[in-house]
Amino acid sequence: MTIRQHLARALALVLALWPLAARADFVADLSSHSIAITTGFTGASVVLFGATDGPGDVIVVVRGPEREQTVWRKGKIAGIWANAESVTFANVPSFYAVASSKPLDDSISAATAAFYRIGVSNLKFEPKSTVASERARVFTDALIAVQKNAGVFVPNQIKISFLGERLFRATFNFPANIPTGVYLVQVLLVRDKDVVGGQTTPLVVSKVGVDAAVSDFAHRNALAYGAIAVGMAAMAGWLASLPFRNA
Amino acid sequence: MDVYLPIAEVSLDIFVLLGLGAAVGFLSGVFGVGGGFLLTPLLILIGVPAPVAVASSANQLVGASVSGVLAHWRRGHVDFKMGFILMVGGVAGSILGVYLFTLFSRLGQIELVISLAYVLLLGVLGFMMGIESVRAMLRQRRPGAARRKLHRHTWLHGLPLKTRFRKSQLYISALLPISLGFSVGVLSAIMGIGGGFLMVPAMIYTLGMPTSMVPGTSLLQIIFVAANVTLLQAFTNHTVDAVLALLLLVGGVIGAQFGTRFGTQLRGEQLRFLLALIVLAVAAQLAHDLTIRPKQMFVIPVEGR
Repeated sequence: MTIRQHLARALALVLALWPLAARADFVADLSSHSIAITTGFTGASVVLFGATDGPGDVIVVVRGPEREQTVWRKGKIAGIWANAESVTFANVPSFYAVASSKPLDDSISAATAAFYRIGVSNLKFEPKSTVASERARVFTDALIAVQKNAGVFVPNQIKISFLGERLFRATFNFPANIPTGVYLVQVLLVRDKDVVGGQTTPLVVSKVGVDAAVSDFAHRNALAYGAIAVGMAAMAGWLASLPFRNA
Repeated sequence: MDVYLPIAEVSLDIFVLLGLGAAVGFLSGVFGVGGGFLLTPLLILIGVPAPVAVASSANQLVGASVSGVLAHWRRGHVDFKMGFILMVGGVAGSILGVYLFTLFSRLGQIELVISLAYVLLLGVLGFMMGIESVRAMLRQRRPGAARRKLHRHTWLHGLPLKTRFRKSQLYISALLPISLGFSVGVLSAIMGIGGGFLMVPAMIYTLGMPTSMVPGTSLLQIIFVAANVTLLQAFTNHTVDAVLALLLLVGGVIGAQFGTRFGTQLRGEQLRFLLALIVLAVAAQLAHDLTIRPKQMFVIPVEGR
């Protein structure tokens, strides 16, 4: 998916939440709208803060850019464990994290959570080809489990804390292996187990500096990059042998 | 201290990478093998995606082999004519190999193919080399025992295109090194190795080259095959991480120089026995991993990005 498509989707989400925003007045913003992945990158944390117009609960959903994802199930073939069968899903977020001011079960109804796809267990992915629903469920659960293990699907752990009745803040920690792209941070205001207000803010995760340049060059001028990689390696090999010349 | 690798898209400890490079480089210097058959699985183990590990190992091999060849060349232990002919076959083979790699990646079976290829080749070779080197050591203990014939004639010597290799004191068909280079080239592209551990025994036993000439000549052809694999992988799969390769090299080239010196102090059959043990250990580990129930029944393979 291109950046343009991401932004188009971001806009669609913002528009979808527009009527909600009118019902309850609240603001939220991030301490930073971009995460720069540099050479020493070991993860980053972003603070979300905001204020509501009265009492209520806040739920925040962070979604990474969606992409195609294939899940394989291992099977024993002639005594050897191999990738036996697979399901490919079309719209899997590359990152997913939820935060809430109260446990999810207490703040919203199950139906609302399912509608807004809040919570890792409410994630649904579209299989690319027709797959029996039972099988799709098994593979979806497996996909979620693998992504949880990799740290890119974060179940509801981050707590949103209220300072007084109206000010709230939450800290999101992003692991070192976060995928790049445009993330959507969706902030929902909940009253009486229903969503009464919402706001979506983009968060751009990108490589910067030398790494970005290297990665960019590797994709744009693949052949030149390969040639330079070979040349540098050969040069390094020759240089390293110099001190040993008379050995 | 962590360093972010731009193509692999992971952060790894810089000292782990340097140490890994040094250890593998040392082995490469001792045995004249690229060490890729250890480097690739170890990189995957520390979190580098498999396709990136394979392609970056090839990149690293270019530098390690240049350094190794120079060390052997100063001792006059490189047969350039033989190296060139092996290379012609190797470059052709590696083109087919990268094509197969891309094909198996799309089918989601590349990791299985890599593991199976390792188990089969390492197992057979390690076993053969182990037996041969033990026999050679036993022969030396009993000086009265019958000596091996210097030169045995088989159907291989009846092939056309006979060429003289002065350095190796051989007069054999050029088809032999070309097809040897080709088969090793295919495997090296798929397995992310230079193929030295296949090349070295084949050069000793099939071509009949003198053991002293083998490591240098094998490294010479690995330079070109690895360079070709690096180029093709960078072009088709975008999986060559030059930063990773350079870090591994810094440790690797130094390790290789010490390895070469250490290697010249060991006798041929001891060297081969040691190599056989390492090869068998890696094969056993890989075979074990293939047959035990995996911890994760579901996997999401990392595709070449």
